[in-house]
Amino acid sequence: MRRVAVAGVGFIPIKEYWDRSLQDLFAEAALKAVRDAGGTEVDSVYVSNMSGSLMQDQINLGALVADSLGKPGLPAVRVEAGTASGGVAFHEAVKAVASGYSDCVLVGGVEKMSDVLPEVATTAMVMSEEQEYTAYTGVTQAGLSAMLHRLYLDLYAEPAEVGMMAVKGHDHSVGCKHAQYPFRMSIDRAMDSPMEADPIHTMECSGVGDGAAALVLVPAGESGVEVAGSAVATDCCSLTTRNDPLVFDAVKRAAEKAYRMAKVKPGDVDLAEVHDDFTIDGVLSLEALGLAKQGEAAKLVAGNATDKDGKIPVNTFGGLKARGHPLGATGLYQVAEVTLQLRGAAGDHQVPGAEVGLAQSMGGVASVSAVNILRRFGK
Amino acid sequence: MSVPRYWRNEVPRYRLMGRICKACGARYFPAKPVCTCGNAGFEDYKLSEAGEVVTWTVIRSPPLGYERYAPYVVALIELDDGMRLLSQVVDVDPAEVRAGMRVEAVFRKVREDGPSGIIQYGYKFRPVVE
Repeated sequence: MRRVAVAGVGFIPIKEYWDRSLQDLFAEAALKAVRDAGGTEVDSVYVSNMSGSLMQDQINLGALVADSLGKPGLPAVRVEAGTASGGVAFHEAVKAVASGYSDCVLVGGVEKMSDVLPEVATTAMVMSEEQEYTAYTGVTQAGLSAMLHRLYLDLYAEPAEVGMMAVKGHDHSVGCKHAQYPFRMSIDRAMDSPMEADPIHTMECSGVGDGAAALVLVPAGESGVEVAGSAVATDCCSLTTRNDPLVFDAVKRAAEKAYRMAKVKPGDVDLAEVHDDFTIDGVLSLEALGLAKQGEAAKLVAGNATDKDGKIPVNTFGGLKARGHPLGATGLYQVAEVTLQLRGAAGDHQVPGAEVGLAQSMGGVASVSAVNILRRFGK
Repeated sequence: MSVPRYWRNEVPRYRLMGRICKACGARYFPAKPVCTCGNAGFEDYKLSEAGEVVTWTVIRSPPLGYERYAPYVVALIELDDGMRLLSQVVDVDPAEVRAGMRVEAVFRKVREDGPSGIIQYGYKFRPVVE
């Protein structure tokens, strides 16, 4: 396998783009990434998108985005793995370059949620679950995470400790130009907000937004940021068949493989971008990644360990809660942010001396997860 | 929901019918084509119709088609035979639900496809009145 490097990143602020299409958003992020890579010619395209088939009645996005970039003819394919689409697409793009099949890959994610009403977005989210026996109950994605949240509160933590996952994300988002909600939020505001799905409060949930993020991958040289480890894993789709529903096995398996590839341990990671679509999911992800022991992540977050100057900074641009969560694009925002950190180009969000960074995304209630580990050359 | 898609799930949904692996005895609800042991031969397995709540939530922002029932309880239930499933818990004040609460299966309407579409039914659970 060839070593793979990130040559370019590009993304747009996450917000509601009423006047622009899916293709418009993808193209802007893609052109930025290509320009950042020095204007290189890409030879293939991966596009990650979760809900275009429902929200824009659009599939076959590969051809559509290649055409919209003025490059009809390129091989291009859509990758969909629920809200893990971005992380999984990145993994596929890494394999394309590592294998030698492609020399310059554009991987971009796009999602446009503002085209639909909130209840349609809720319905789109739960399409990641098995439809006939899980979604048929009327449960939502928030509801499934809420059932885990309740178990976690019974065993390990206070509501306000889990809620701190959202508060810390907001702390980190202040000043972030691409964040959807770049402001501080107090724990009282979170705990006093209405219930979305008990015991999850509204202000513990990521919002609805439009976004696009892209990266250019090439064979590694001797400088820049390289992909040290990249892995995807799955788990039983239903919570009912998992041995311990509080253990995200898909995240654990993907992380263990990515750590092995990168020849690093959790303790070597300088920063992590984790999938906090709901506070409890961020907490359980930190535990599955080995960045916290089981039952300890909420307390770790409520302390200062995951702060920007803490032992393991987490969600340094705000995470899904504050930066924003445009579904299929989210995983690529994470990888782009890790790249900025390792380049030392993260501005006010910079983790000093960051050399190894990790991005973790997941779909369903962790029925699929991608873990990508990046490293600055010279480490 | 198309008629065939609804029809092919009627037996498992109406009768709580799962499958048991002929090779290793693992039980599944819903059925799946291949067991984790690798075997693809199964027999029908009838689930218990009573059990207890393990964990639960209250859905306040429902997906399309479920608006008229909100807020409603969805729970992870462990049946008396050890099988687990997800179900709405009905005929109960959401604030009264507790872990360990005894519940039993009932046959209920789930949703309907507009004024002329099929009316969809299935299991829900309700507290057992001792």
